[in-house]
Amino acid sequence: MFPFLWLLATALGSRGAVFAFPPVLIPRPATLANFAGVWQTMPIGRFFVNTIYITGMGIVLTLLVSALAGYPLARMRFPGRDQIFYAIVGSLMLPQHVGLILNFVTMMRLHLVDTYAAVYLPSLASVFGIFLLRQAYLVIPSELEDAARIDGAGELRLWAQVMLPLVTPALATLAIVEFSGYWNSFLWPLIVLKSPDRYPLAVGLLYLSGLFAHNTRYVAAGAVLMTLPVVVVFLALQRYFLRGIMLGAVK
Amino acid sequence: MERQALNRGPAAASRTVARGGGAAARTTIAYLFLAPALLLLAVFTFYPVVFGTVLSLFDYNVISPPRYVGFSQFAALWSDRYFWTALRNSAVYLAVVPVLQLSAIVLALWVRQPLRGIAWFRAAYYIPVVTSIVVVGLMWRWLYDEAGLLNYVLLRLGVVHAPIHWLSDPNLALYAVMGVTWWKGIGYYMVIYLAGLEAIPSYYDEAAALDGAGAWARLFRVTIPLLRPSILLASTISILAALRVFEEIYVMTGGGPIFSTYTMFYYMFDQAFNSLHLGYAAAIGVVLAAITALFSAVNFRLMRTGGLSYY
Repeated sequence: MFPFLWLLATALGSRGAVFAFPPVLIPRPATLANFAGVWQTMPIGRFFVNTIYITGMGIVLTLLVSALAGYPLARMRFPGRDQIFYAIVGSLMLPQHVGLILNFVTMMRLHLVDTYAAVYLPSLASVFGIFLLRQAYLVIPSELEDAARIDGAGELRLWAQVMLPLVTPALATLAIVEFSGYWNSFLWPLIVLKSPDRYPLAVGLLYLSGLFAHNTRYVAAGAVLMTLPVVVVFLALQRYFLRGIMLGAVK
Repeated sequence: MERQALNRGPAAASRTVARGGGAAARTTIAYLFLAPALLLLAVFTFYPVVFGTVLSLFDYNVISPPRYVGFSQFAALWSDRYFWTALRNSAVYLAVVPVLQLSAIVLALWVRQPLRGIAWFRAAYYIPVVTSIVVVGLMWRWLYDEAGLLNYVLLRLGVVHAPIHWLSDPNLALYAVMGVTWWKGIGYYMVIYLAGLEAIPSYYDEAAALDGAGAWARLFRVTIPLLRPSILLASTISILAALRVFEEIYVMTGGGPIFSTYTMFYYMFDQAFNSLHLGYAAAIGVVLAAITALFSAVNFRLMRTGGLSYY
């Protein structure tokens, strides 16, 4: 925890030597000038918008893909179901190292390099998400399904109006886990994004730290701004968050 | 749960017949539900693994069409000095795994005690896990600075007499980065071990206590052996992560100084996206995947043998 306090102190401190001896842990006077400064002089607002867009699209589409795929795997009987399920779960064991290179080539072929879609597309089919949703659909009592069928509901209506509301807790858990994943994603956006005005915060912050090496306080303020949303979400929804991690761990 | 799903099978089938929809229609609907996920997995997960392996046999630089070169790129790797440097650094990096696991187990046992405010303590250890690697890397870059906080404390305590060049000394940089991996990861593994500890029925511990086993004996003879599945899982995840370490290094040292923090994954990234030697990078990736598979298998054997299961 201690390094975080120091980061905060650096961001709150007034201008001057960052690496002062002795280091300042409680800046006097504390100032928000660096936050205002980083917001005005650096395109950090733009990075925030980019991050929010990528994270939002990523979460919504991941939930949709998982909610769709988990349903037939849990509640329908059709040829190839078990094979498909094992293939999906088994894909976790595939070596992903070369995947990065080929995904970049694929994005080039699709003319998606330097677009937001390129950032979130490869992560949308989340194995963890599909697995989580399948488990959630499995425990829904079949009486509910039968009742809806007697009322003449078609497969799509049954899914949207009966099943989907019942798996909301699983969707919430997935959303929280995916939130920190998309918000912090770094390596892949670094590869597929070329123009700085499309950078998410993680890539943008590193870019700024190179450009503004002399102004550590501004970069520190940017780092605090980037970290705040995830820490707030984590502390507020800690229980669900940790449950998601544990479910992920025991799969 | 699986059984429940299977039991439902025939009933569901007869219902479909009663409704007049054929099995074919039902299959079509099921595959329509699955289509987005299967398409995405095929394009971004299965295709890259298969063709990435194929690509390692080709010379490819994006601009001109791929040219088949057989295994010559693997032969080139053998006599490539940077490959061996990267391999050695990745091997050293694996040392972070046992340290990380041991400390995470100790931490999990410690924060498990029912003390007031312990939940906040657990949360505090988890915050680095949900913090961006860029923020963590920059923060530590400043802390490790010659005039940074770490050197100040060490100088003040009289542990050292001159500032340590954590990230600019080729003999130290790799270990300094490993320290950050440890700091960021410990909370994640702590949660895995907490889940594992929760899953152990308390009567084992109680029975051992009744038999007169002391606290240490209970820990080493009962709790730790029963924690084996968690240790296997966490150490496997940790090995995979250590062998593909990249982000910490990219943010903190950029592979330097003089290639002292250049790892396998870093080399692959450099070859693919800086030099555009995509085929050569794929060959590095294939070797890295093979090494990863080897270590996971060895770990699996080590942790499985003699392990008892309580499921």
